[in-house]
Order: sequence, then C-alpha cells, then structure tokens
Amino acid sequence: MATTALEHAPAYQRSTIVEWLTTVDHKKIGIMYGASAFIFFLIGGIEALIIRAQLATPNGTLVSAEMYNQLFTMHGTTMIFLAVMPLSAMFFNFFVPLLIGARDVAFPRLNAMSLWVFILGGIFLNASFLFAAAPNGGWFGYAPLSSRQYSPGMNMDFWAIGLQILGIASIAAGVNFFTTIINMRARGMTLMRMPIFVWMTLITQVLVLLSFPVITIALVMLTADRTFGSGFFVTAAGGDPMLWQHLFWVFGHPEVYILILPAFGIVSEVLPVFSRKPLFGYSAMVFSGAFIAFLGFGVWSHHMFATGMGPLADSFFSLATMLIAVPTGVKIFNWIGTVWGGSISLKTPMLFALGFIAMFIIGGLSGVMHSVAPADLQQTDTYFVVAHFHYVLFGGSIFALTAGAYYWWPKMFGRMLDEGLGKWHFWLSMIGFNVTFMPMHWVGLLGMPRRVYTYPEGLGFDLFNMVQTVGAFILALSILVFMWNVIRSWRGPADAPADPWGGATLEWSIPSPPQEFNFAEEPVVAEKDAFWAMKDAAGVDRFPEPGHVSGRGIHMPGPSWWPVVVAVGLLMFFVGLMVHRSWAFPFTPVSIAGFALMVFGVFKWAYEPVDAHAPQH
Amino acid sequence: MRLVRAPWRRFLPVGLLSFVLLGLAGCTDGSKYPQSTLHPKGDFAAMVDEVFMTTVWLALIVFIVVEGGLLWAIWRFRAKPNDARPKQIHGSTVVEIIWTVIPAVVLAFVAVPTIKTIFATANVPAASPGGEAPLKVEVVGHQWWWEFRYPEYGITTANQMHVPVGRTVDLRMKSVDVLHAFWIPQVTGKRDVFPNRETRLWFTALETGEFPGACTEFCGLQHARMDLYVMSQTPEEFAAWVALRKRDPEMSGAASTGTGHVTVDTIVRDTMSGTAVAAARGPDALPTDAEQAAPVPGDPRIAEGKALFTKKACAGCHSLNSIDQPKRSVGPNLAGIGVRKMIAGGWLPNTDLNLKRWIMHPQDVKPGVAMKGYTLSDAEADAIVAYLRTKR
Repeated sequence: MATTALEHAPAYQRSTIVEWLTTVDHKKIGIMYGASAFIFFLIGGIEALIIRAQLATPNGTLVSAEMYNQLFTMHGTTMIFLAVMPLSAMFFNFFVPLLIGARDVAFPRLNAMSLWVFILGGIFLNASFLFAAAPNGGWFGYAPLSSRQYSPGMNMDFWAIGLQILGIASIAAGVNFFTTIINMRARGMTLMRMPIFVWMTLITQVLVLLSFPVITIALVMLTADRTFGSGFFVTAAGGDPMLWQHLFWVFGHPEVYILILPAFGIVSEVLPVFSRKPLFGYSAMVFSGAFIAFLGFGVWSHHMFATGMGPLADSFFSLATMLIAVPTGVKIFNWIGTVWGGSISLKTPMLFALGFIAMFIIGGLSGVMHSVAPADLQQTDTYFVVAHFHYVLFGGSIFALTAGAYYWWPKMFGRMLDEGLGKWHFWLSMIGFNVTFMPMHWVGLLGMPRRVYTYPEGLGFDLFNMVQTVGAFILALSILVFMWNVIRSWRGPADAPADPWGGATLEWSIPSPPQEFNFAEEPVVAEKDAFWAMKDAAGVDRFPEPGHVSGRGIHMPGPSWWPVVVAVGLLMFFVGLMVHRSWAFPFTPVSIAGFALMVFGVFKWAYEPVDAHAPQH
Repeated sequence: MRLVRAPWRRFLPVGLLSFVLLGLAGCTDGSKYPQSTLHPKGDFAAMVDEVFMTTVWLALIVFIVVEGGLLWAIWRFRAKPNDARPKQIHGSTVVEIIWTVIPAVVLAFVAVPTIKTIFATANVPAASPGGEAPLKVEVVGHQWWWEFRYPEYGITTANQMHVPVGRTVDLRMKSVDVLHAFWIPQVTGKRDVFPNRETRLWFTALETGEFPGACTEFCGLQHARMDLYVMSQTPEEFAAWVALRKRDPEMSGAASTGTGHVTVDTIVRDTMSGTAVAAARGPDALPTDAEQAAPVPGDPRIAEGKALFTKKACAGCHSLNSIDQPKRSVGPNLAGIGVRKMIAGGWLPNTDLNLKRWIMHPQDVKPGVAMKGYTLSDAEADAIVAYLRTKR
C-alpha cells in the first residue's frame, strides 16, 4: 500500500485482509468488484457449459429437468446481476474518479457498503445450490409459477430475496456515482467535456435509480405473496400475473441498457486512442445515449407481445422499439466514423472494441426483427431470441468489457497483459462466440423453444445443437487463455508505463497503478480529451514518466468497518425472511438480530470521526 | 503477429458469410423441419412470414453495407509504420444528419407492413376463406399437457388437435394453473395462456399434414415435455374423425357391447398415415405398425386390460369418452389413444413399448407429472396397452 498516511503511521498498519475489508479506496473497491464478478462470471460460464452439454444431443440425460431449470435460471441471473453489472461497476469504481480528476467517489463508505452487499448477495444466491434449491423459475420469475403454490420450495425465495439484496447494492451505487459525477469533476470539466465513458456511466445511474425501485416493489410483493400469503399475483385471490410482467419489464428493459451503455462508453474510449483520432460526433454520442435510455422506459411491453395486448398496444410498442434503432444506428455509424481516416493500431483492446461493433450490429439487426410484433409471435421464447441477446450481451457487453480490461489493465495493476495471448483470446472468442450463437438464429426460426431441458429428435434441431455446444467449449477455451494471460502478467514485472497507449484522458497522466490519492495536484481541464490537449499544449507525444510523490498533506477518508457491518446485518435480516412463512410471527430472531446490527452499524457509521484511522499530516 | 493477422482478416468475413449462407441453405428444405416458422402452412403464419422476410432482406442489406464499411475501414486505415498523426476530425453535422435519417427511412419500410400485419392478425376473421363460420376450439393449458374442446361437437381431446383444412380455427385459451403459451409454428404464432383471462388466437390450415407445436412459456419442471400436434385433415377426413368421436360413449362406457364394437374396419387409419409420419418425423423415430400393434379382436388381454383400467384407478383421471366431458379434466382424455401420434404430453412416439413404459414408470419417463404410477405387473401393463390400442 503506497499511501503516505500509512507509511508514516505504523500504529495503523493493518493486515492485508483487514486492509481490504475496511478499505474505502475506490480503486481497491473496483478491483474487488472485478475479482468477485469474474468469479461469478466463471460460475455462470460453467452453468452455461453444462447447459450446452445437456443440449448437445436430443433427449439428453446429463442433468435432470429440475437441475437444468436451476442451471438456466442461475445462468441468466448470474450473468446479468453478478457478472456484467458488477464488471461494469469495476470500471465505474476504478475509473470514474480518475477520468473526472477526483480523489475518490462522493460517498466512499457507501461505496464499500455497495460492494459488500453485492458480494454477500451473490454468495447468498449461489448458496442455494448447497441446499439443492437454486432458483428454478427463470430469471424473469413469472407469476404464478413463482408463487408458493407452484414453487413450494425455497428456490424462488432465494431468487426474490437475493435480487432484493443485489438491488440495494445497485441503488446505493447509483446514488453514489450520480453524485460523484455531478459534484466532483475537476475544475474546467464541464458536462460536455466529460469523457464519454463518464457520460454513459451517468446515464446508467439514472436508469438504475429509476428502474430498480420498480423491481424492488415487485419483489416485495412477490415475497409478501410467498412468505405472508398476500395475493398480488395469485389469481384465486384476484391478483393478476400480468401485473408482475409489467412491473418486471418496466425494470427489465431499462436493465438491458444498464448492461449495454457502459459497454458503449468503454468502446467510445478505446476507439479514439487506437485510431489516434477523437471520437466522431461527441455530442451526438451523448444525446443518442440519453435518448436510448429515455426510450428504454417506453418499450417494456415488447417482451409481452405474445400476451395478446391488442393491436393498438402492439403497434405502439413496435414503433417505440424500432425508434431505438435510430440513436443506436447513430452510435454505430459514429464509431465507424471515428476509425475512418484514423491510424488504426490493432492492439488487443482495439480488436475487442472492433469485435464489439461487428457483433453488436448483428444483435441490433435481430433486435429490429423482434420489434415487428407479428414476427415476434414466431420468434419470442425461441432460440432466435437467445441468439439475439447473446449477440448484444456477450458480443456486446462482454466484448466491450474485455476491451476495457485489456485497455485499463496496466493502469489498474501496473502490469501489461500479453499482446500475443490477447490476440489468441480475441480470435478464439470471436470464433467460439459465433459458432455458439449464430446457429441459434436458425434453430430458433426452425422452431426450437427456449428453456427446454431437452428436445425430441426428428425436428431437425440435432446438428445445430451439436455445433453450438462445440462453439461453447471454444469460447470457454478463450476464457482460459485470458486467465493464463492474467496469471502471466501477475508473475511478470510491474513495469507498465503511465501512458502505454497514448491515452486521451486524465487517468493516463498519473503513475500506473495510481497512488491512493490519485492526483497529487487536482487537474484543471480546458477541453475534451483533456490529456491529449495537455500533450498538444506541451508539444509532445508522451510526457516523461510521472514520479511517485509523497502525498503529504492530502487528506483521504480513513478505512471503516461499518460498511461491512451494515452489509452483514442486511444479509442476516434477509436470511431471516427465508426461514419464516406465516403472519403469526413475521420476523425470526435472525431477522431481528440482523436488523439491529444494521441499525447499530448505520449509527456508528454516522458518528464515526472523520479521522478515526487516517491521521492527517 | 503480422504473419498471423493477414490471413485471419480475410478469413473472418468469408467465414462468417459462408456460415450465414450455409445456415440459410440448410433451412430451405422444410420437410426436415416440421416445427419451422419459415415454411408456413397456415394463413396466419404466412402473413407473419411475409413481414418477417421483409425485415430479413432489409437487415441483410444493412448487414452487408455496415459490416462491409467497418471491415473496409479497418483494412484501409490500418496503422502503417511512421504514420503521421491522422487529421483530427471531431464530427460532421451533415454526415450525422444523413445517417440519422437513412435508418429512420429504412425503418419506415419495416413499420408500415408491421402495423398492417398487426391489425390483419389481431382479430379472428368472421368467416373462413371458404365462407364457413370458424371452428371454435377451446384450448386449456395444464402442467404439462393440452386439452382441446370442440363446443360445436361436444368433443374433448388432448395433445392432438384435429382441424379441417381451409376452415378457420378460432382458439379460445385458458390455463388451469400457471402460464403456458400455445404455438404451432407452421400455421400460427404464439399466444400466452393465462389462468385468469381468455386469450384468442386463430389460423386457417392451408394444407393437410401433421404440424407439431410446443408450449413456449416456461411452465415449470416439464415445460420441455409439453408438446402438441395439429392434424390438418381434408373436410371428409375431419368429418369421419368427428363421427368416430361421437361413437366414443357406446364404445367406452360400461355398455355390454364393450370392445367388441371395435373392428379394424371402423378404424380411420388416416390419422396415423405412415407416409405422412415418415415425412414429418424422419424414418427412425416413428411408431411403425409393428411397434404399434393393431388390436386383434378376441384377444383376451383386451378384456383384462379393460378391467384393470378401472381397477388400477386409471379411470379416475382419464376418460375414454370424448363426448360431453366436464371442463378441465384431471388427466388427458384418452379417446383415440390407440392411434394417437404421441403420448406423455405430445412428445413420446406412441409405440407399444413407450406406452407400456409410460404407464408402468411415469415418473421415470416424465418426472414430476401428476400420474404417480401404480404397481403394475408386466402382464398387466401389456393388457392395458392392448386395451388402449382398441381406442381408435
């Protein structure tokens, strides 16, 4: 740990574990988001491989129907809430303060709490496997299948309560990053000078803050139905399953943009640097992102065309959905405009960013096909849809996040990832991905439904499925190459320069990895692409390597136990809800103890002296 | 890396395109894909296919232009040694307006047929193309099988819907438990089935044939095993099937005549036409005549099986009479089970061996079904199979 404060205060030296448990440093929190999310990504990936192995041949018997239903539910839930969202959060945490020239986020301890609530929520969800009761009703949890009557086990309790826990982490992080971006930008960094990744982060937080309350309410209702016997979605009690669908997708569609907008941001940072040319149409990129987010709240029912809402509603949601293609098209064209006329250096981050564009175009086109409500009546709930959303979520989000990982790795760890292995990673991903998901378009159009644990022979699905399974294992191999690359870089020398790519933004102006306080002197920004502007002003391609400075006199928030305590209390409160099932005694001792712990933690947190563990110099 | 990069770059577009074309080519032969959405045999599906193909062609053009543009830019503007710094362009209002407007115009070509088709498919036509009133069929979704009721004829059947070609079918659908979705890709799109409200769907089969379908809304443990068949028949065949069903009461009841009434002559074999099956399912998968034995009049097992059907409580959930059944049967109606194409929820070929396994070990064949299984000896199961084979 390179902080001056601790170097000069041996009395406060802590063990590494305690240091990471109590840290409020946005960079350490970001790394922990990344590491835990990557582990969850591997778990979700293994689930996917079992799914693909089961479906390789008709009438497969590798896993039971029950196990399969748990696997596909957990694969979706994991990849959305425990992999892609927190991998984005890793970049928000580590890079938003660096990109806006700040020393930390607005609420460092709240940030730590978000992290621990997320990690505990993720462990809670996956712990369901230990009880042979992993969620089995789909990541969408449609009522009334998710009701106590039709899902009597603990499976859907794990799901509803697990998502509730994760939602708290997301909302807290949303408040934090929104405030950080609005309030903590460096002097001179107006909104329209912010790096585009920061813009996309800001828009994503608005989406989180507006959409997560909806799923929170829906989950409260579902939990009440399951635990206390209320009847929001129970038809016999006058409840309505359609209500669940509307609430779920009013959240669920913005959630799609929560998953993809950070990816747009990352790609918009990578392309200019490796083309040596600024982003084409900066303001169009900002406004198209905002417009996509806005429209994202008006298209939820396109997930529900098959429910028979009537021709007027179908027409409205068809047209609104098609409209999203316009700002999305603007983004794609502007990205091509960015590389056009540039000097394109095909380093690994750039390969993944370009691969993202190529794959996202395919996902976008199949998205427009779904917007055609009558055609969607054939496509929905088939493998065609599975193909579509993997093109936008894997070919889209994951490719972009990988681009971001290769791009920012030297800044995060002071080590370069190997270029040769990076290219292997890219090409294996590209081939494995397309071999897995391209045939899903055909097999879906040929009538293969989703969420089936097996399929009969004779319907012509066999060969497609075998090819897809082979592709999935190629894709898995590419992840192994990435992991090997990480291990290699870990063992190698920490010799990454501050500015390995000729970067455009402020994070490249400070050492790799950054010191705890980020910027010894708070930067002043005069225009977009602030670091390029500084280099231009100085008339150089690269600045000399910046040295480490003492940081004496820089006040940084001290570590704190209370975020962890609050997170544990919160988890206990929810775990208590799991075991109890009647109105007579609505809260178990576990819940009561958890709640008390949480209140205690919040109280201590509020009154914790600012300088408790970080004496000033 | 330079050595590796060049061939890859050529491989990617060629590989991807040939992949796409191979896929398209593979899909053209409809007979191999009986559950295909691309080979419509019904008016509803054909309307959907038309608007879908419009989007496919437009998407293909956009795909080629945009991906081509991207790849060309990557190749053309690749970094060369000692490249000067490229011209720093921040954008172009004119260009950006152009590429905002062009997609909007392309989308208009999608939007207009979309809206037209939405309204064209929204409501059940007042009359069939031939002028007849539509045939009403009530669809009831159960975990995990389909019940079909023909109010016009008082007939109830399960998992296999018979319809006359050319006559519009007006589906009124409800579930008794969770959500399901009804789907027969070759003739019509999907519609969700709810426990608390009736949903509607319709189609007119334009050809005779056997069209498989599936439940497509996740409905729990055995969602994958909730399939169905639509048997599109000539009006004469359909009338014969209806007539046969109308005879169920005398053949299934406690009437003294019993199974003696069933002779091979009265069996309408068209419902299980071997060649049609071969065309639909491929030659390996089907119940051949040898596998599905025809009943032999006088076989002693038939009477024994009949007794067992009651004694072993099969009759508690399953009726062998399709006429005037109460709504929402507990178990699938078994009228005509002797020649039904599939069993166990529309997916397991109806061979003697499968039928026997199914009644002896339902929880192995389809874990979680309501049929818990009863202790049956081998001979008892054979007798029940022999008896059920008389139900034509």
